[in-house]
This record gives sequence, structure tokens and C-alpha cells, in this order.
Amino acid sequence: MKTITVNIVTPDGPVYDSEVNMVIAKTVTGEMGILPGHIPTVAPLVIGSIRLDSDNGTELVAVSGGFVEIRPDKVTILSPSAEIASSIDLARAKEAGNRAEQRLQSKQDNIDFKRAELSLKRAMNRINVKEGNI
Amino acid sequence: MASLRDIKKRITSTKSTSQITKAMQMVSSSKMTRAEANAKAYVPYMEKIQDVVAAIAAGTTDGSHPMLVSRPVKKTAYLVITSDRGLAGGYNSNIIRAAKNAMEERHNSKDELVVIAIGRMASEFFAKRGYNVVDEEIGLPDQPSFADIKQIARKAVGMFTDGTYDELYMYYSHFVSAIQHEPTEKKVLPITDIATSSTTASYEFEPSGEAILEVLLPQYAESLIYGALLDGKASEHASRMTAMKSATDNANELIGSLTLVYNRARQAAITQEITEIVGGAAALE
Repeated sequence: MKTITVNIVTPDGPVYDSEVNMVIAKTVTGEMGILPGHIPTVAPLVIGSIRLDSDNGTELVAVSGGFVEIRPDKVTILSPSAEIASSIDLARAKEAGNRAEQRLQSKQDNIDFKRAELSLKRAMNRINVKEGNI
Repeated sequence: MASLRDIKKRITSTKSTSQITKAMQMVSSSKMTRAEANAKAYVPYMEKIQDVVAAIAAGTTDGSHPMLVSRPVKKTAYLVITSDRGLAGGYNSNIIRAAKNAMEERHNSKDELVVIAIGRMASEFFAKRGYNVVDEEIGLPDQPSFADIKQIARKAVGMFTDGTYDELYMYYSHFVSAIQHEPTEKKVLPITDIATSSTTASYEFEPSGEAILEVLLPQYAESLIYGALLDGKASEHASRMTAMKSATDNANELIGSLTLVYNRARQAAITQEITEIVGGAAALE
């Protein structure tokens, strides 16, 4: 089967670099399946998961936004932060989620509202990816 | 001449100072190695994002995105990246001087500019001299992650977008090598100098070029700031290492000359004692 190279790069360094059969990314316009030989495309990502299907099984990566750059033989995902499911610290993610929830409920400061919402989203995303339900 | 005990005391205290500076030198040198590695790990991200920005900017001809357009400048922001602590030789003062000179050259009054400070040194310097420090970030770790500065970077970009200022310059120390780093100025916003790379892959944009620029340009500007910070951290540690090395060398030199004085004084005391004994014995005969 034909494969496509996937690179996931964050400011803190590369996170993932391997050959896969198919990439499924959540972009702002919806889910996008990428097979080898895809037309060159750029699309922004939402906070969500990237699914990487290869012969060795399926891997999930949690990303917090950013965008995907596709070339026929190569997919590059640039995100402010990205974590492979196996390396996510579930306890920490849950704690971050709880913190964000508390901040949302306290409703003291309107400016912080959006930030708290985003961090809740990121935490939920990491928990979902870790537990494999997407 | 100082007494033997005084000299001895000075030698001991200089020795312990040199032990401290020696330790600081070694700590800085290992930190520098890591900071350099961080800066290297960051390069692929920066290159990639630059590629895509260039490809899109070349693709969408109208260039109407607010972050790409130079507008009349009413207010300028200066982002100055220094360290929190001193003992780093000329590292902080070089950056601050470069920034201050540029400010004085370009502006007639302090009302025309705002300062965003990363690092205690810059923050204190500009606040003390009556500049308008709108934001500061103090207490960054030695190996900062992107999450550590995301907030200040986002705010800096946000204030440009909402019109608080019309230009954003960045001052930081560029790491050339372990012994060479120079204060550098970089214009962050509006984004004008996008290197048009040769990899002119024409992309499909999903949903549209404008929508992608909307996401991409802030991320690009934030990563420029993060890149500068990594660069600055590497030079900070290198600078501190050099400063501590010369401090250790100076201490050793001082110890050497003090030891010489000490030995001479001791010898003089012994000679004097002998002379006294001989003199005393001669008087008895």
C-alpha cells in the first residue's frame, strides 16, 4: 500500500515523524481524510485529534489548533502544541479540565472567559484522545 | 603593609568567590547547551510556517489582511527581551542600550511608544525612566516552552490588531556562537519581509486563503517572538558563562598576586625575627 510521510511539528520540537496510510484531521470545515497523492492543500485545524492509520494500527494525536499543510507525498501539521495519545498524562489533563471548569463557573472576569473555555476544550480533547473516544 | 592575617583573609575570601563563579560558569555552560538544542529543535517549525506563509501570501494577491498592511504610525511598540538576573556581563545592557538608542532616534517623546518587557531587567529599566511599560513577563524558566510565553505573545499581537499600536519591533540578543552574540532588531508587525521561498507549490486553500491567513499570521507572529526568546536565552547563558569565566580567571590572578605578597610578608617577618634574635644575642656578649 502507498504511504505518506507525516510530520507533526510544534515550537517545542518535532512530535511525530513517520509513514502512514491515511491521515484524518479535523479542520475548521470538517473532517478531512488525506491519502497519498493528495492535492497540495493548506487548512486550519480545530482543537481536536489527528488520526494516523498505518499498518501497525491506529494512532491518535491531540492537537490544539494550528494548521495542516498537505503535499502529494507529505503531510506537515504545525500546531502550538501536540501530544501523542500514549504520552498524554491523563491525571494532569483532568486536573486542567477541572480548573478550567471552576473558572468558567466562577464567572468573575469576562475577559478570562474565552481563555478558560479554550483551555477546557484543550483538556477535554486530551482526555478524549487518551481514552480513544473521538 | 597589610598584616599577614589580613592578607590571609583576603586570599580565603577570594578563593570562595572563585569557587562560586566557577560553579556558575559550569551551570551556565550546561544551560547554554540545552538552550542551543531548544533553539535548534525550533528551527523546523519556524521554517515550515515561513514556507506556508510565503506560499499563501504569494497566492492571495490582494494582501488585505490587516497584519500585512503598513498603516500610518501613531504609536510604536518595542518588545525588549532581557534576562531576569544580572551577572551576565554586558548581555542586558547591550540590548537595552540598542533599544533605547532606537527609541530616542525615532521618537520625539515617550508618548509615541510603548514598551513590552520580557525579563526583569528591561521591565525595571524602562519603568524607572518613565516609559510606558504596557506588559511584562518575569520569571520565565531557563528553558521556556511555547506555553510559557503564549500569553504575552498573544497579547502583543492582539494589541497590534486592535490598533493600540501600529508597529511592533523586537529587541533581543542573537546567538552567533558561544562567544559572540549581538543585539538585534526585528520588525515583527506588520509582517513585511516574508521570504518568498523557491518551493512555489501552489496550494488549495480550505476554506479560503483569507481564512487561513486569519489563523496563520497570528501564529506566525507569535512564533517569531518565541524564536527570539529562545535565541535570547541561548545568548544569555553564553554571556553569563563568559562573564563567570573571566570572573574566575580574575579571581585566580588575584589569588596569585596575593599569595606572592603573603609570602613576601611572611619572609620579611621571619627575617626580622632572626635579626632581632641575633641582635639580642650580640648584645649579651
